[in-house]
Amino acid sequence: MNILVCIKQVPGTNKVEVDEETGVLKRDGVSSKMNPYDLYAIETALRIREKTGGTITAVTMGPSQAQDVIKEAYMMGVDEGYIFSDRRFAGADVLATSYTLSMGIRAIGEFDLILCGKQTTDGDTGQVGPALAEYLEIPHVIWVKGIEEVDENSITVEQDMADCTAIVRLSYPCLITVDKDIAQPRLPSYKKKLKTRNRPVKIMSFDDFADKNEDNYGLSGSATKVERIFPPDSNDDHIMFEGTGEKLSREIYDILVKNKIV
Amino acid sequence: MLSINHNRCDLCGECIKACPFGALTIKDERVEISAACRMCRICLKKCPNKALLAADGIRKTADKSNWKGVLVFAEHMEGRIHPVTLELIGKANELGAKIDHPVYCIFIGHGITEKARELLNYGVDKIFVYDHEEFACFREDLYSNAFEDCIKKSKPSIVLVGATAVGRSLAPRLSTRFRTGLTADCTVLDVKENSDLIQIRPAFGGNIMAQIVTESSRPQFATVRYKVMEKARFIDNFSEKLTASEISEKIEICRLPGSKMKSKIEILKVMPKEKEVSISDAEIIVAGGRGFKDKKDLEMLEEMASLLGGQTAVTRPLVEAGWAPYTKQIGLSGRTVRPRLIITCGISGAVQFTACMNTSECIIAINNDKNAPIFQAAHYGFIGDLYEILPLLCDEIRKREIRNAV
Repeated sequence: MNILVCIKQVPGTNKVEVDEETGVLKRDGVSSKMNPYDLYAIETALRIREKTGGTITAVTMGPSQAQDVIKEAYMMGVDEGYIFSDRRFAGADVLATSYTLSMGIRAIGEFDLILCGKQTTDGDTGQVGPALAEYLEIPHVIWVKGIEEVDENSITVEQDMADCTAIVRLSYPCLITVDKDIAQPRLPSYKKKLKTRNRPVKIMSFDDFADKNEDNYGLSGSATKVERIFPPDSNDDHIMFEGTGEKLSREIYDILVKNKIV
Repeated sequence: MLSINHNRCDLCGECIKACPFGALTIKDERVEISAACRMCRICLKKCPNKALLAADGIRKTADKSNWKGVLVFAEHMEGRIHPVTLELIGKANELGAKIDHPVYCIFIGHGITEKARELLNYGVDKIFVYDHEEFACFREDLYSNAFEDCIKKSKPSIVLVGATAVGRSLAPRLSTRFRTGLTADCTVLDVKENSDLIQIRPAFGGNIMAQIVTESSRPQFATVRYKVMEKARFIDNFSEKLTASEISEKIEICRLPGSKMKSKIEILKVMPKEKEVSISDAEIIVAGGRGFKDKKDLEMLEEMASLLGGQTAVTRPLVEAGWAPYTKQIGLSGRTVRPRLIITCGISGAVQFTACMNTSECIIAINNDKNAPIFQAAHYGFIGDLYEILPLLCDEIRKREIRNAV
């Protein structure tokens, strides 16, 4: 079975500065890590491979330092990894990102099952998975919190639907996005780190992709445009209190009484 | 345009034999495509390595005057309209009135045709109903086909979808199918005279808001969470007063061709979840953040919440630390809340958090850092130590209860 996992490098903290003039992220000097949800996607892939055999390929998109997340995936047990990296991919929104991923994936090969994390912690939207499935013309299920059964032709998953849980069977090829409850991700192993030290991360750029129209990638391939950025609204009529614990708790209490809460 | 993944091509020549136009040749150990290609796609089927690709690219320019209307995805649970739908209709009515566009709903399910009338009472101009037993359970592929059909019929400028489990699955699928823009979790929506939707949301994972537009493609997709927009006004008895012919004009029963009703997804079982009171529905919330030093200290939060008859909630770091379940998380990656009262304790107030609670009626913030951004969102800010304040406040409330009981 050929399994593909899509992963992303995200900032290590959410205190990211944005240049208000240009609207560009100031990422320099900010630590980065693998998107936490992607660890669950990798763990799920590893557990499926234990049952069915096959290979796991991880892909990411980003600047060349983003290959660190592929290295980390190797340390967890992933077999192969690619980074899609090109200046022309920069500034991509959901539409252009999922298109770039689909082009890269089509250039690598055929996959039975594609796994993504439920969302990233820097964008928080969870849209790239379904959009990628649309480009690849395969069915998808989001918010998978358990794998019920895996066989040669299909996968049966437990889907979280907010007010109910559905047991859903999908035949390959298909894409699922996984939630945190699915399985505890293993830690990267030192032994695997030594073993995979020389395993290359394959780099693919625009020139490796079939669609050679630059306008379909990055900022120019994006349908949405950020018009302006601004600091969040603040509440103008706020009243501040300072003092000892006794004084403050008494004042909060008075507000609760005034608002008929107690 | 036809293109080739050269690293997947083994030069077997099948495509060259298949091409009726002689458009393919091998040159310097590479398959080349000439201008003779008519995009018949016969070679795609013949290639054993799937190295050929017909890339449609991304459509970008739309004639905006061809796209008119605000379409709302009407979500329901076995016929019960999800409240986020009424909130989206409220916003759609406002946007539609501004640019003189009609408001449409799409309603997909089984045995729901009668229910569609209910939506007319909220000011919707027209409802497209897809009622079929195959739509009984949500299946992304069939629902997407119905949604696509509806968009092709109604040609809306704007499509609003609730950011629910179903909405989050459908919206990116459809926006991609139409090669257009989607903005998730909008907190503010407005519209320009030229029908461009102004979409505002917290962005870049930083403490900043972004105004986003989909300026050259249509329709414009946006998702909005539950409890962010105001509910549409209910017009009493509106649908009852309509004549049969008016109703049939306002409710269009739609069918898909058989080829669009084949699903690759099989729902084996649907199990109801234990009904828990969601923090989104809570009237009073006491929320904790990184100011708490230990998991067991969250008991203070519990006690405070139970004294006020409310619920506890937390910020993302506490969920990530495993101190509280995901269902308790307020924030962009959690829930949005709009209670009568929220007391935040030891929460600094990143925009991902405040954007999901700042419409609460009364916000009381307790934090020991006077520069914490939470104080910008709060109505009442208390600079102090939650470890001192919370126990004293609990005592105060308990004393009152005793006084009241006497």
